[in-house]
Amino acid sequence: MTTDNVIEISGLRKSFGAHEVLKGIDLVVPKGKTVVLLGASGSGKSTLLRCVNFLETPTAGTVAFNGRPVGTPKGAAGERSYSDRELRVLRARIGIVFQQFNLFPHMTALENIMEGQRAVLGRSREEAAARAEDLLARVGLAGRGGAYPSHLSGGQQQRVAICRALAMDPDVMLFDEATSALDPELVGEVLRTMRSLREDGMTMLIVTHELGFAYHIADEVVFLSEGRIYEQGPPEQVMLHPKGERTRQFMLGHSEFRLPHLD
Amino acid sequence: MDFLLSPSLMLSPSLMISLPALGRGLVYTLELAAVCLVASLLLGLVFGVMRYAGGRMLHALAIAYVEVFRNTPVLVQILWFFFALPILVNFEISAFIAAALGLSLNSGAFSAEIFRAGMQAVPKGQWEAANALGMSRARVMFRIVLPQAVRNMIPAFTNRWIELFKLTSLASVIAYPELVYSAQQISNSYFNPVEVFTLVAAIFIAIVIPASYLLRRLEARLRRSAP
Repeated sequence: MTTDNVIEISGLRKSFGAHEVLKGIDLVVPKGKTVVLLGASGSGKSTLLRCVNFLETPTAGTVAFNGRPVGTPKGAAGERSYSDRELRVLRARIGIVFQQFNLFPHMTALENIMEGQRAVLGRSREEAAARAEDLLARVGLAGRGGAYPSHLSGGQQQRVAICRALAMDPDVMLFDEATSALDPELVGEVLRTMRSLREDGMTMLIVTHELGFAYHIADEVVFLSEGRIYEQGPPEQVMLHPKGERTRQFMLGHSEFRLPHLD
Repeated sequence: MDFLLSPSLMLSPSLMISLPALGRGLVYTLELAAVCLVASLLLGLVFGVMRYAGGRMLHALAIAYVEVFRNTPVLVQILWFFFALPILVNFEISAFIAAALGLSLNSGAFSAEIFRAGMQAVPKGQWEAANALGMSRARVMFRIVLPQAVRNMIPAFTNRWIELFKLTSLASVIAYPELVYSAQQISNSYFNPVEVFTLVAAIFIAIVIPASYLLRRLEARLRRSAP
């Protein structure tokens, strides 16, 4: 089976104890497209993102990667079981960038970017280092490979984290509020890096609170509310002319979002 | 402290005669301590990892081990391995083996807890980032979690090893000829307990203080080199 959708999510549910965070999500991320998830905190957008590479295990529903459903069915209620091995193979092909960077503090920037290439892709030291240097140069950090994360600014750390994910040559990149932990003056450098990825044709699924950025980068905006997709469509439609009352309230609540803001 | 400097101690002929025996005792003490240190570190690593990341069975096994050996006196463990185990397995066990078993298993239980606490202090995001790259559990453990944990564990291990070194003196009760046992023999023969046991205490101090100083230096260096 072939498909142009890198990710297809159907009927996805996720509960933490008695609390159901995701209440049946259907969503596709087409190849080369950028999908942005918006919503108030607690709407389930980060959980949804984390279900895509199974950092959270869905309670029910399926996630298909490049047309192939992940896991095997188990029980009648739409549960599935996932083997460690299958998830490792899957995760190697899905890049994720975290709010808190999560760089390995005992390794230099270069070693951070080399680790996955060496451990998972089996690349040689030279090959991995060369790839890491290339990526660092691409995000404007040429020559900083020898620095430990604690000697880098937040924005620099996040760009190293993006390189670490890109080094695996992923089919899709997930961004989980990648700029939320950054000082305001450092947000721009990370957003620029993300935008350059889009220009290179990377498939991306992004959770962000930067609405101006979301407007410019998104092919599709998905607005979540209380664990369901409340409204979705092109950014002009969802963000400028929202149909739903909750979407309208959300946009009104973010008064810093003004258009046009093209640069 | 005057007596330490008094001629009677410094020149005591009985003490001079005792020195070679005490020297041999010190070698036995160091041997036992070295074996127990390495063994307890390995036991601690294995059971600490089992308790931290093992499945249900391994986790339960690790808890049982820690609870048994942490909550019984190490002296009882040494005596049990020396006097009880040979009856159960019908096999002669030397004083050295019995002492090494008791001290290693006891110290290993404490070390397992140090490993577990050290690993638990590593932020969950580190696991997530490593998992997200597709790394195997073992690789995450040994490349990402443990190297970060070890740095936090050095102060606790310094205390543990000082304790272990001093506990080797308990081997004297089963006639393992380490420093304290030798000192007892000498003082029984020459009636010079003041000189001999003072000297033994001084030897412990002379080893423990520089060793803990070196470990503090090591910790400081690790913190500097890879922040």
